[in-house]
Amino acid sequence: MTDQTPALRLEGIVKTFPGVRALDGVSFSVMPGEVHALMGENGAGKSTLMKVLGGIHQPDEGRIIVNEVPVVMSGPLEAKAKGIVFIHQELSLAEELTVAENIYLGELPRKRFGLVDWHKLDAMTNVILKKLKVGFDAKTRVGDLSIANQQMVEIARALTVDAKAVIFDEPTASLTDAEKSVLFDVIADLQKAGVGIIYISHRMEEIFKITDRISVLRDGQYRGTLDTAETSEEEVTQLMIGRTLDLSRSASRHELGDVALEVRGLCCKPLFEDISFEVRAGEVLGFYGLVGAGRTEIAETLFGLRDPSAGQILLGGEEVRIQSPADAIARGISLVPEDRKGQGLILGMNCRDNMTLPQVDDLTAGPFVAEGSEVAIFDQYRDKLDIRTPGWKQLVGNLSGGNQQKIVIGKWLSMHPQVLIVDEPTRGIDVGSKSEIHNLIRDLAAQGYAVLVISSEMPEVLHVSDRIVAMYSGRIMRTFTAGEVTEDNLIQAISGIGGATAA
Amino acid sequence: MQAGTLSTFLKRGAIWGFIVLELIFFTVAGEFLSLSETAFMDAGNMLLLFKQSAPIGIIAMGMTIVMINGNIDLSVGAIYALCAVVLLDSMTWPMLAGLGDAAIPLAWALALLTGVALGALNGLIVWKTGVDAFIVTLGSMLGYRGLVFMYNGEQPTSHLNWTLVDFAEAQFLGLHTATWFLLVVTAAIWFLMNKTVHGRNAYAIGDNREAAVNAGIRVGPHMMINFMIIGFLAALSAVVFYSESGSVNPNDGELYELWVITAVVLGGTKLTGGAGSIVSTFGGVVAIQLLRKGLAHIGADTSTVNLVIGLILIAVLFLDRQLNVKGKEELKI
Repeated sequence: MTDQTPALRLEGIVKTFPGVRALDGVSFSVMPGEVHALMGENGAGKSTLMKVLGGIHQPDEGRIIVNEVPVVMSGPLEAKAKGIVFIHQELSLAEELTVAENIYLGELPRKRFGLVDWHKLDAMTNVILKKLKVGFDAKTRVGDLSIANQQMVEIARALTVDAKAVIFDEPTASLTDAEKSVLFDVIADLQKAGVGIIYISHRMEEIFKITDRISVLRDGQYRGTLDTAETSEEEVTQLMIGRTLDLSRSASRHELGDVALEVRGLCCKPLFEDISFEVRAGEVLGFYGLVGAGRTEIAETLFGLRDPSAGQILLGGEEVRIQSPADAIARGISLVPEDRKGQGLILGMNCRDNMTLPQVDDLTAGPFVAEGSEVAIFDQYRDKLDIRTPGWKQLVGNLSGGNQQKIVIGKWLSMHPQVLIVDEPTRGIDVGSKSEIHNLIRDLAAQGYAVLVISSEMPEVLHVSDRIVAMYSGRIMRTFTAGEVTEDNLIQAISGIGGATAA
Repeated sequence: MQAGTLSTFLKRGAIWGFIVLELIFFTVAGEFLSLSETAFMDAGNMLLLFKQSAPIGIIAMGMTIVMINGNIDLSVGAIYALCAVVLLDSMTWPMLAGLGDAAIPLAWALALLTGVALGALNGLIVWKTGVDAFIVTLGSMLGYRGLVFMYNGEQPTSHLNWTLVDFAEAQFLGLHTATWFLLVVTAAIWFLMNKTVHGRNAYAIGDNREAAVNAGIRVGPHMMINFMIIGFLAALSAVVFYSESGSVNPNDGELYELWVITAVVLGGTKLTGGAGSIVSTFGGVVAIQLLRKGLAHIGADTSTVNLVIGLILIAVLFLDRQLNVKGKEELKI
């Protein structure tokens, strides 16, 4: 590899924004046929670097070199013409159009009088789709495809140009394991074809599975490049955050209280059926399973967003019917939802108002909101959860993911719930904040909250839970205590291989 | 100071800057073009301007809430006309006519109640069917207008009560009755939106409805209350205006919904909800009325006025977008 010329090389890229040196002399190169991971905490400069590469920002200093030719990227089209292609985390497809139309959007082949040459379009598309070995054809409507297949369409679009380097930005964020392995096959094929690949992800397992080298950014600075084969997760993490992350197991050392929530035979077909479990005060109960196993739907049912078709929910030993989120909140059940920005926060509102939103009804003086009490609550939980914000007036949309999540958690803690449900507590949160959130969940249990944690990340579930419910296809396969669970038997259970339901 | 403070200031202040511009333009242009003897910024003229702003302005305050909430109400013009009919006609009913001036508060109450009921019907349909407010109120706009025509055919409904006219034409501290109503409504709605739980929830629902539901806010009843408020304000607007004029044509209030929305949008409220300000809406109302009055002052006819306001609306929104795009590096389309 060393005697080749890099497919893409960045030299001393500097980019400053008012008050911030977002990139401070970043250099690294991608060889043809190499999968190169780019890692760093949120705010380390990955996105800015990619925007410089894509021509959205112009660098203040430094050069971008494609195949030994220095280039100036004036915009996304120019980048694509130079063979630099991006596969973004958020897909940008026209759902009502066909696969072929999406792939050649803006470049549809024409016949005379400017009419579209549909035959040629479909033929060209099918050649590309064949290379990707996908199970749909050129005429499929994109809206009818799964997220994973829509991503394949994005990749197909990348293949229409003579790509020198393809950048994948968190491509597996919404994929199931099976879909991931298809994606990795495609990446391997691209690699064989001599394309250089930049792979951005927070997920260590993936990084170690598919990449050749790992480059790390921290605070806008290049921190070094490691050979994947010769390094370890600890070393990478240390480089990223300047310290090591403790992901060891930590079962409760405190006494558990009474049963806070018990669920008996809860059904909501076809999403889940016959769900029974209990969680005690002071206990963290983990829910692990693949995407689509029904975990989030159980949380939504407990929070009054779905009506169960059968079964009982008991709070503190008393059977309850939960008809709406307002009802759930009144009974002391809180939900930190999966999609923080879409379901949890009012991004255009300030930190204080977001935090007090569910209880502002009770914080009144006469007809008016008692803003003083609101500020007091905000200050209390800002200190308690170590939320880093210039002040309560800051709009929540301007905070980092970790701090946003703390606002959502603080919102519920300030209401003193009996049961706290946390769905994907650290999705899209950088490594440093992740461990803070994990510690916070453990602390909450120690303070006597009953906590349900739904997570798709095995290390996370293993780390924070006292017991783990393994789900497969809408059913509980097995409930593990901290002593019994191992990575192997957990994987078996969520793949539907593990034995019958055990309590 | 955080980034974007300047553009926020420009955006908030834009409507007031625009008003100052209008005042300067019409004062200068008036010197050369106006046929009338009085200056444009004559005190009496300005007082009249506020009075004339009242019918649109009172409704615009309600529309601001509804639009911040992420909805829209196209039926306000029809509600306005129907409530005017109820106001004037009820005073001729034998039951009320015999009461003398005591009929006035009863007629007012009936008209206001009608407005609240019509608004509640809009809100109930939006809540229970989940159909978009645009469609629901488009339907009720046609329906309510139909009721107006059913009431008295093409004939105007008239009833002059001189006590009422005296009240409506009265001036207190130099301001007309209608102006006082506009100011009080503006202040009340400002308090509602900025100081109460209801206002807080209105912004939250408009910004992110799903998150609002997850915070335990009962979105359906909340939206219904907002439609009742705007129904009430449309009725109040009719009460204030027709107490003085004493005669309503079945076509009255047509296109009011569009004037109201224009004023609200000029004031910077987002059509998508979640953001907007009562004070800026007040600015939008005054700006439009200034434009109508100013153009009339320099001798332009109604059609020219409409053309100019249309152009200005688009220009202002374009400017607003430019200010926003610069900060966020949005994609060009």
